[in-house]
Amino acid sequence: MIEARRLIKTFGLKPVLRGLDFHVEHGEFVALVGPNGAGKTTFLRILATLSKPSMGEVRVAGYPLPAQATAVRRRLGVVTHQPLLYGDLTAEENLRFYGRMYAVLKLKRRIEVVLEMVGLNVRRRDLVRQFSRGMQQRLAIGRAILHDPEILLLDEPHTGLDQEAAAMLDTLLRDVADRGRTVVMTSHDLTRAADLAERVDILHKGKIATSVRRGEIAPAELPGLYYSVTHD
Amino acid sequence: MTDPTPPMEAIEQPVVINRGSRFGGYLRAISAVVWKDLTAELRSRELFSAMLVFALLVILIFNFALELDIRTRETVTSGVLWVTFAFAGTLGLNRSMAVEKDRGCMDGLLLAPVDRSALYFGKALGSLIFMLIVEVIVLPVYSGLYNINLFHPGLMAVILLGSVGYAAVGTLLSAMAVQTRTRDVLLPILLFPVVLPLLVAALKASNGFLQGFEMEEIWPWINLLIVYDVIFIAVAFMVFDYVVEE
Repeated sequence: MIEARRLIKTFGLKPVLRGLDFHVEHGEFVALVGPNGAGKTTFLRILATLSKPSMGEVRVAGYPLPAQATAVRRRLGVVTHQPLLYGDLTAEENLRFYGRMYAVLKLKRRIEVVLEMVGLNVRRRDLVRQFSRGMQQRLAIGRAILHDPEILLLDEPHTGLDQEAAAMLDTLLRDVADRGRTVVMTSHDLTRAADLAERVDILHKGKIATSVRRGEIAPAELPGLYYSVTHD
Repeated sequence: MTDPTPPMEAIEQPVVINRGSRFGGYLRAISAVVWKDLTAELRSRELFSAMLVFALLVILIFNFALELDIRTRETVTSGVLWVTFAFAGTLGLNRSMAVEKDRGCMDGLLLAPVDRSALYFGKALGSLIFMLIVEVIVLPVYSGLYNINLFHPGLMAVILLGSVGYAAVGTLLSAMAVQTRTRDVLLPILLFPVVLPLLVAALKASNGFLQGFEMEEIWPWINLLIVYDVIFIAVAFMVFDYVVEE
C-alpha cells in the first residue's frame, strides 16, 4: 500500500531523511516513533504529497509520487499538528467545504455521521474558533475521514488532547483500522503507539533503525529498546 | 460528554464520491473556495472592513489635501481612485492568503484532490469580489465628496478589467509572499512593480472616459488591460503549483 525506497530528503545542505526504506501492507496500522528531528513529520509530509523527496522512490496506493499526486490525495486522509480548520466557519461548514473539495455525494448525511463519530454533533453550528484544542483535534479527525480514505496519515494526533479526548481518538482509530483502512501514525507516546499499532518502527537519524511487530517483545520492553536505538 | 458512537449502519454506509467530469470537479473546487472565503468573511468582516475603511480614509484625505477647482478635480480623479483601489486591494490580498497560512489551512487546501490552479482561481475570485464590493461603495462616496459623476459604463468596464488583473497578479504574488516572515512588506514590494503597466493603462483609460476623450485614444489602453489580464491569468494558471509547493 505504501512503499518508500532509499528515500532522501534534504533542506539546503541538511539531510533529514537518509536513505529511508519503508513498507506498509494494505490494512496495516503502523506507528512511527523517534526523537525530535528524526524525520517523522518530513516523511509523513512526503507521503501526504505536501513535500517532494530529494531522491528515492515513493509509491502510495500503487501510484508513484510526486508524479501522480492527485490520484494519491484522493485516497488519503491526513491529520497534521494543526487542525487545518477555519475558525470563522462552523464545524458543519468546515466539513461541507472539505466535502465539496473531495466531491463527496450525499454530503449532508455524511457530515451528520462524521460529526456523530467524533462526538461533535451537538456543537455542529458552533464556530470552530470557540472550540477547545481537543474539540478542534476531533473535528480535524472528522475532516480527515470525511471521504472515507483508504489510507490515514496522522502526525502526532494525540498532542494537546486530555485523557478523555485521547481515549476517544484511540477508539476512532481502532474503528478505522478494523474497517481495513491503512493507518500510519507518528507519536512520541511509546505505550500508546504499541497499544494501537500492529507494528512500531523506530525512526532515528532519517532511517528506520528498527521495527517491532506486536507480540515480538513485551510492551514494557519497548522503552528500553527505543532508548538503546536512539542513544547510539 | 456525548456518546461519540453513531449507529453502526450509518458508519457502514459507503461514502459516494462524485467521479463526474474533470472540468465539473474543477469548477466545484473553485466555487467551494469562493464559498468558504465569502462565508468566513461575512461572519468576521475582518478583511472587508479593513479594506473599506482604508479606502474611504484615502479618498477623504485626498479630498482635504487637494483643495482643487472642479476642472482640476476631474484630472486627478482617476489617479486618486486607482491609488485607493491598489492600496486597499493589497490589504485584502495579504489578509486573504494570511488566513490560509496562519492556521495551516494552506496544507488543507493542498491536500485536496484537485488541480492546484483551481485553488488559485478560487482565491483570486474571492479577492476580486471583495475588491469589487469596496469599489461599488467607494465610487458613490467619491462622487459625492468630489462632486464628479463617475457612473460611466466605460469607466465601470475599466475598473472591472483593472481589478481582474490586480486580483490575478496579487493572488499569485501573495501566495509567494505569505511563505516569508516579512510578508506584509514583501507583497507591495513584489506587486507594485509588476502591476505598474496595469495601473498606468487603467489610469489612462479611466482618465480618457472622465475627460470625454475619443474612443480611438482610449482603446489602446483598454487593449493593454485585456492583454495584461489574459497573460497574467495564464501565467498564474501555469505556475501556481510551483509557487505553493514546499
